[in-house]
Amino acid sequence: MTAPSLSPEDFQPLQSSVSGQQLSRPSLSYWADAWRRLKENPRAMASLGLIAFLLAFVSIGPYLWQVDPSAQDLDQIGIGPGADRSVTLAAPFQPWLPEQQATTLDDNMLGFTLAMPATTQAVRLVWTMENGTRYRLYRNLFDPSDTGSFGLPLAELDRSYFEDRLDLQAGTYYYSLVMLNADGSETTSTVTKDIQVTRVISAAEALQRGLIESEDDAQLGMALELAWHPLGTDYLGRDMLARLMYGGQVSLFIGLFAPLAFVLLGVIYGSVAGFLGGATDQAMMRFADFVVALPFLLFMILFKVIFGIGPGESGIWPMLVAMIILLWPAPARLVRGQILQIREEGYVSASRLLGGTTTYVVGRHMLPNTLGVILVTITFQVPSAIFTEAFLSFIGMGVAPPTPSWGAMCNEGIKSMLTRPHELMFPALLISITVLAFNLLGDGLRDALDARMRGAE
Amino acid sequence: MLKYFAKRIVLGLVTIWFIASATFFGMHAVPGDPLAGDKAMTAQIRANLEAKYGLDQPLGTQYLIYLGNIVQGDFGISYTQENRRVNDIIREHFPISATLGILAIVFAGLGGVLWGALTALYRNRWPDVVIMFLVILGISVPSFVVAAISQWSLVGANLAAGTTILPIGGWGTVWHMLVPALVLGLSTMAYLTRLMRSSMLEVVSTDYIRTAKAKGLPATQIFSRHQLRNAILPVVTVLGPAIAGITTGGFVVEIVFAIPGLGRYFVQAIQQLDYTVIMGTTVFYGAFLVFMVILVDLVYGLIDPRVRVEK
Repeated sequence: MTAPSLSPEDFQPLQSSVSGQQLSRPSLSYWADAWRRLKENPRAMASLGLIAFLLAFVSIGPYLWQVDPSAQDLDQIGIGPGADRSVTLAAPFQPWLPEQQATTLDDNMLGFTLAMPATTQAVRLVWTMENGTRYRLYRNLFDPSDTGSFGLPLAELDRSYFEDRLDLQAGTYYYSLVMLNADGSETTSTVTKDIQVTRVISAAEALQRGLIESEDDAQLGMALELAWHPLGTDYLGRDMLARLMYGGQVSLFIGLFAPLAFVLLGVIYGSVAGFLGGATDQAMMRFADFVVALPFLLFMILFKVIFGIGPGESGIWPMLVAMIILLWPAPARLVRGQILQIREEGYVSASRLLGGTTTYVVGRHMLPNTLGVILVTITFQVPSAIFTEAFLSFIGMGVAPPTPSWGAMCNEGIKSMLTRPHELMFPALLISITVLAFNLLGDGLRDALDARMRGAE
Repeated sequence: MLKYFAKRIVLGLVTIWFIASATFFGMHAVPGDPLAGDKAMTAQIRANLEAKYGLDQPLGTQYLIYLGNIVQGDFGISYTQENRRVNDIIREHFPISATLGILAIVFAGLGGVLWGALTALYRNRWPDVVIMFLVILGISVPSFVVAAISQWSLVGANLAAGTTILPIGGWGTVWHMLVPALVLGLSTMAYLTRLMRSSMLEVVSTDYIRTAKAKGLPATQIFSRHQLRNAILPVVTVLGPAIAGITTGGFVVEIVFAIPGLGRYFVQAIQQLDYTVIMGTTVFYGAFLVFMVILVDLVYGLIDPRVRVEK
C-alpha cells in the first residue's frame, strides 16, 4: 500500500458553493395571503364586482342620468319600463255639448258607443236612452270577462251620454254600461267596450314641457315624443331610475355607515373590557348583556317615535343613532373574547418582555390580530342594516317622504303591485342584490381571513 | 341550574322594567299634549282620563302610577279608539299573531332541519347545490318582497283556476294561514338550513359516528339516532332569537295579507301616534320576547345534559 501523495493544496478549505437556504418566493404577509385566497373564490370576486357596480350606480349614476328624482312627469304617471311615449298634438280641451252633436250609435243592445276618438283629455260615451231608465257606467283596466268585475263605478245616470275625464292614461280601458231596474239593482242588459285611449297634448302644454320650440311650430296631429324614463315612473310620475339612484345613496349610506360606526364602538368597548379584565370587565359585559336583551326592532321603532321627524328632515340620522346605540354589544363581545385569547399568546408576552408599552402591544399586536374577525363582522352586518332600513321604511317608520330609499320605494310600490309591478320590483331587486352580494362577500372574507372558521358554512 | 335560571329571570325582569321606563320617558319627551289629538275630547272624558293617569301629577308620581298599573297588568285606554282598552286589543289580536307565529316556527323548524339534513347527506351534489342556492335567495330577499310576490302569484293562480284555490288575504280558516305562515317562516327556515347543514357535517366526522359505523349499525339508524339528534342542538339555541325575528317579521306579513293580528295594530298605532297602544304593545312584546328567549334556554338545558352540568 503506497501512501497517497498529498500536496499542501489538498489541505485548503473548500470554496462554499451552496447557499444553505434560499427563499424561492417572496414571503406572503397575512393580508396578501388573504387577498390571494379571496381571489381564488369566484363567488366572492363576483360579489365584489357587484358591490363596486352598486356603489358606482348610486355615486356616479346621478351624474350620468341627470334627472331630478322629485320632478313629476304628469303625462306619464306609473308607466312601466319601455312604455310607448309618443304623443299627438291636439287642440286644447273643449267643452262637450252632446245634445248638439248627432252620433251614429252602435248596433249593440244599448247602442253604447264612443262619440269621438278617445284621448287622455276626455273619453266621451253615448248610448240609446229609454225613458225613465237609469244606467250605471263602470271603468276597468282589465277585461271584465277575465276578472269577473266591471271595476270602478264612474257614475249612475239617467241620461244618454257621459264624459270621463278621471285620471286618464294612454292605454286600453274597458267601459261597461249596465241598465238598472227601477229599484236600482242591475239588469243583465250590459255592454262592455274596450276603448283605446291615445295620449294627446295641447300646444301650450308641449311648449311648457319643452317638446316644441314655439307655438308657431305646433301643427295639430303632429307626433311628439315625451321625456324618456328607462325604468318607468312611479305613482306620482317621478323617474324610477333617478329615484333608485338617490334612494340607493340613502340605503347604502345607512347600510355601510351604521355597521362601521357601531362595530367601531364595539371594538373600543370590547378591547377596553378585555384588556382591563377583572371587575371592570365583568361590569362592562353585564351592561352589554343587558343591551343585547333589549328587543332590537321594537326599540328602533320606539326611538323613531321619540325622536320624531320634523318637517324637511329625512329621518336618516335618528335611524343611524338608534342602530349605533342598540347594536354595538355583539361586536364588543366578539372583540373582548378575541382580546382575552390573544392576551395569553406567546408573542404578546415576548413583546412585553422586549419592553413594548401597553399602547404598542395593543396597537401593534392585539388589534391587527382581531382585524380579520372585525372585517367579517362588518360585512355580515351590512345586509342586516340594509334590511332594517328597508323594514322600517316599509312600515312607514324609516326615511320620511319625499326622500327616496329602496325600502320606502318598496312601501310605495306594494300598494299598486297588481297594476304596476315595476314600482315594487326594481327597488326590491336592488335590495336583494345588495344583500346577496354582501352575504357572499362575507362568506368569502371569512374563509380568507379567519383560519378557524374556514370551511364552516 | 335553578340558580342560573333565577338569575336569568331577574335580568329579564330588569330588562322589562327598562323597556317600560324607556317607553314611558320617551313618550313623555315627545312634545305636545297626549290628550290633544285630532279628535276633540269632551271635558268629562279629559277629566276622567287625567284622573286615571294622574296627568296633573308631577312626572315622578305619574311614573310610579304607570309602573303600578303595568304590574297589575293594566295598559290603559287607547287614545284613538276611546272606548277600547289596550288589554282588550292585545287579548283580541295577539292570539292571531301567536297562531301565525307558531305555525311559521313549525314550518321553519321542520323545513330547516329537513333541508339541512338533506344538503349534508348529499354534500356537493345537486340537491345540496339547489337547496343552498335557494337558501341564499331566502336570506337575501326581504320578507315584504316575498310576501308581495307570493300574494301576487296567488292572485295569478286563482285567476287561472277560475276559483279561489287559496284566499289572498284575511283571516279565518286554516287556508288563510298557510301562505302567510310559510312566507313568515321562510327566512328563518333558510337560516336554520344553513345552521343544520354545518352542524350535520361536523357531527359526521365525530368519533361516536365512527363507532356506530364500526359496530355495524344500519345507516338509517345512525342517521336518525346519532346524527340527527346531535346535530339538532344548535338549531334549538337559535330558536329564541328566531322567535323574536318572526314576531317582528309578522308586522309586515300581517299588513300585506290583511291579517288582523297585533303586529298590524302596533304599526297602525305608530302611524296614528296612539301613545297608550304603542306603550302597551311595546312592553307586552318586549316581555314576551325576553321570556321566550329564557324559555328556549330552559328547553335547551332539558335536551342537552352538558349545559346543566356547566351552568
